[in-house]
Amino acid sequence: MELQYLWFFIVGVLLVGYLVLDGFDFGVGISLPFVSKDDVDRRVVINTIGPIWDLNETWLIVAGACLFAAFPEWYATMFSGFYLALLLILIALILRGVSFEYRHQGKSERWKKWFDSFIFIGSVLPPLLWGTAFANLIHGVPIEPLETGGWIFTGNLFTLLNAYSLLGGVTVMMLCFVHGLAFIALKTEGEVRERSRALAVKVGLVTIVLAAAFLIWTIIEHINSDTIVFIVVLAALAAVALIGAWVANIRGREGVAFTLHAATMLFALLTIFMALFPNVMISSTNPDYSMSITGAASTEMTLQFMTWVAALSLPLVLLYQGWTYWVFRKRISRKTILAAPAHP
Amino acid sequence: MRSLQNVKWYIAAQYRQQNRRNYHPRRFFPENSLNTGEFDSLEYELNVVFDLDPLILARWQFGLTTLYHFLFVPLTLGMALLVAILQTAWVRTGKVKYLQLTKLFGKIFLINFAMGVVTGIVQEFQFGMNWSDYSRFVGDIFGAPLAMEGLLAFFLEATFIGLWIFGWNRLPKGLHLATIWLTSFSTILSAYFILAANAFMQNPVGYELNPETQRAELTDIGAVLTNPVALTQFPHTIFASLMFGACVIVAVAAWHLSRKQHVETMRTALRFGLWTNIIAFVGVFLSGDQLGLVMVETQPMKMAAAEGLYQTATGADASFSLLTIGTPDGISELFSLRIPYLLSFLSTHTFDGTVEGINDLQAEYTELFCGPDASALTCPSDGSFTPIIWVTYWAFRWMIGLGVLAALVSLVGLWATRKNREVKPWAWKIAVWTAPIPMVASLVGWIFTEMGRQPWIVFGVMTTERGVSPGVTGLMVLISLVLFTLVYGALAVVEYKLITKAAKEGPPEIDVPEDGSEIDHNTLATVY
Repeated sequence: MELQYLWFFIVGVLLVGYLVLDGFDFGVGISLPFVSKDDVDRRVVINTIGPIWDLNETWLIVAGACLFAAFPEWYATMFSGFYLALLLILIALILRGVSFEYRHQGKSERWKKWFDSFIFIGSVLPPLLWGTAFANLIHGVPIEPLETGGWIFTGNLFTLLNAYSLLGGVTVMMLCFVHGLAFIALKTEGEVRERSRALAVKVGLVTIVLAAAFLIWTIIEHINSDTIVFIVVLAALAAVALIGAWVANIRGREGVAFTLHAATMLFALLTIFMALFPNVMISSTNPDYSMSITGAASTEMTLQFMTWVAALSLPLVLLYQGWTYWVFRKRISRKTILAAPAHP
Repeated sequence: MRSLQNVKWYIAAQYRQQNRRNYHPRRFFPENSLNTGEFDSLEYELNVVFDLDPLILARWQFGLTTLYHFLFVPLTLGMALLVAILQTAWVRTGKVKYLQLTKLFGKIFLINFAMGVVTGIVQEFQFGMNWSDYSRFVGDIFGAPLAMEGLLAFFLEATFIGLWIFGWNRLPKGLHLATIWLTSFSTILSAYFILAANAFMQNPVGYELNPETQRAELTDIGAVLTNPVALTQFPHTIFASLMFGACVIVAVAAWHLSRKQHVETMRTALRFGLWTNIIAFVGVFLSGDQLGLVMVETQPMKMAAAEGLYQTATGADASFSLLTIGTPDGISELFSLRIPYLLSFLSTHTFDGTVEGINDLQAEYTELFCGPDASALTCPSDGSFTPIIWVTYWAFRWMIGLGVLAALVSLVGLWATRKNREVKPWAWKIAVWTAPIPMVASLVGWIFTEMGRQPWIVFGVMTTERGVSPGVTGLMVLISLVLFTLVYGALAVVEYKLITKAAKEGPPEIDVPEDGSEIDHNTLATVY
């Protein structure tokens, strides 16, 4: 197999890692106003991701850097083309990130309210915009090659805000929401857990409807594609996993629900990657202008070297990150929050 | 009257003629619109009529966001190591004062760390957003160290910092100590990769140009990772960061000592900070000297610009100007304090060396990079290969001057506080204000390094104006620049207040049980 295709797969794995891990962080942030009644509740919710949100967000930085290294043309065209969407994501991530650290440094209600709303907005926008961006990749965007090398994006922000992509964005956002609710239920005790469980059933139902619409629309758009068989199978698997998660939520099996959400995300992203294949960006201007995997990739030498780096580091990364989750495996309740001393 | 169609082609042709890819006509006149006659008039007017130049705006954004990011990076680098040392002292000696200092400076480190992380994501993304032609052109080489930084360093850093913050009393003492050492190690490792990436821009190695793909392509990753610029820049940056961390410790300690609070603990901190600062200065000095030699070898124009040296000079004439009043352009010099031979020595480590001047280099580069055989990417549109002289001249001097000042203050401080001597109140005030000195020195150092490289984005291979995104308009970059300035400005105020508040609160009172090893697995030691 050519290394370019392997790297198409590795970038996919990193994005799945990002979506699954930071996905529940976003969900926790979105849930914040809905499952907590007072400040102690809110601290319970935030502390479920306290030690891990930073390392989950690192998956984005790593996925971005690997995209840069393995597919410079893709990175360059997508990042400059989706300019304002990415700008909003960056601002949202900045506000959200500092809020976790700053929120508890002040005592006043107003201070905390500010950072609570930053956490909420900063958790809604990124999944919404990433979803929109990736839906656009398979829907097709106006790009064309330049005679001086590379591609140019000739649309603007409104080109990206079409019905299909927005549906994709809302679906991803809701998927993260329900994923986060399952995570809170898994990590807490008491009322917060009960509220999250109840809400997860309702949000789950909305997510199923949205996801079904998005997946069917995706299948229709790619009905003539060579990879349609894979697209249909993967989309069906994503749907089954999501429905399974909903049933698990009803039965109060949040561990199963959480795992099935992760499976949904995996299959949904694979669906998107299969719809892209063998391209990385589809041109709506002219199909001949689409950017192919081979056209976007780095040289064999770079990819070979990067394969070694990834093969040696990723297993180790999974090992020590898994260990972190194990260290912080204990459920959090109002009692633990009130008993614990303040931040160092 | 010209028809709309003609106006569009006229403007498009003009841009092509001006060779300004940053106003690529396709941006405003996509293929389909030429047939239908429609185009986005508001966007067109705002950008072209108001002449919003994406190049200038993107450069300002890169400069501002990078300098801002580098307020937090050196403190993270320096503090992580110093906190690790303090915690080791606690584990080894069991003295509570070391634990208190670990917690106090650990808190300052964490407030600062969050900002370093979130502003770092902007750095990675803006290569693609504002500099997409640069990114596609060098991605084959430049992307690898960035990806290595992520895979090998950032994951480690993000994981173990979380374990350190929330692992107090939860992990066994020795293991918890290991987490801060791993955090420190990973910050230093990430510094190496990012400096290797930057070194490629200063001194491109291990690549060749592929005319078919119109990209620079990797030929030798070993050469990229052992770039002599990276090898010298790395210790220079790490030691400078240690100076910053040490001076923050000195400042906090001095503030408390001037109020006669926590005297024993803070005296320890003060002496620790002062000694670290002096040792780190020696490292900065030696590595800076080596860096100077490498710079003359790889980027002679930068050294010439640092000196405002227009004519090539040899031996005694290659003097170092300590202070020049008047325009440092070699023509209207009113007063100049110069040390003969010093520039020759700095540049070549000999007293009869020759240092090339700006005029000779400009002529040489014009022939080399704008000649008939030159690549289309290497000839700047204004034909100038000279950076802005007053910026490089003063940035170079402020960097050195402030670094030396910080070291001198530390030497005096060590002498004044020897054997528990009392110090006059005004002396403490000076000590408090040493904190920003290495910070400013680091910032002007980077201004010198990056602005001294201009007009190049990759020295000798691609000019900065060629690296900007062809599809991004000035209006978009302006929106982004304004947003970042507002958010960063507001956060700077919050950050400063939180750090000074934490510093003034001082070390926490800690009761440690006699055996000092009580672990409670049932409660979280730390929560947000």
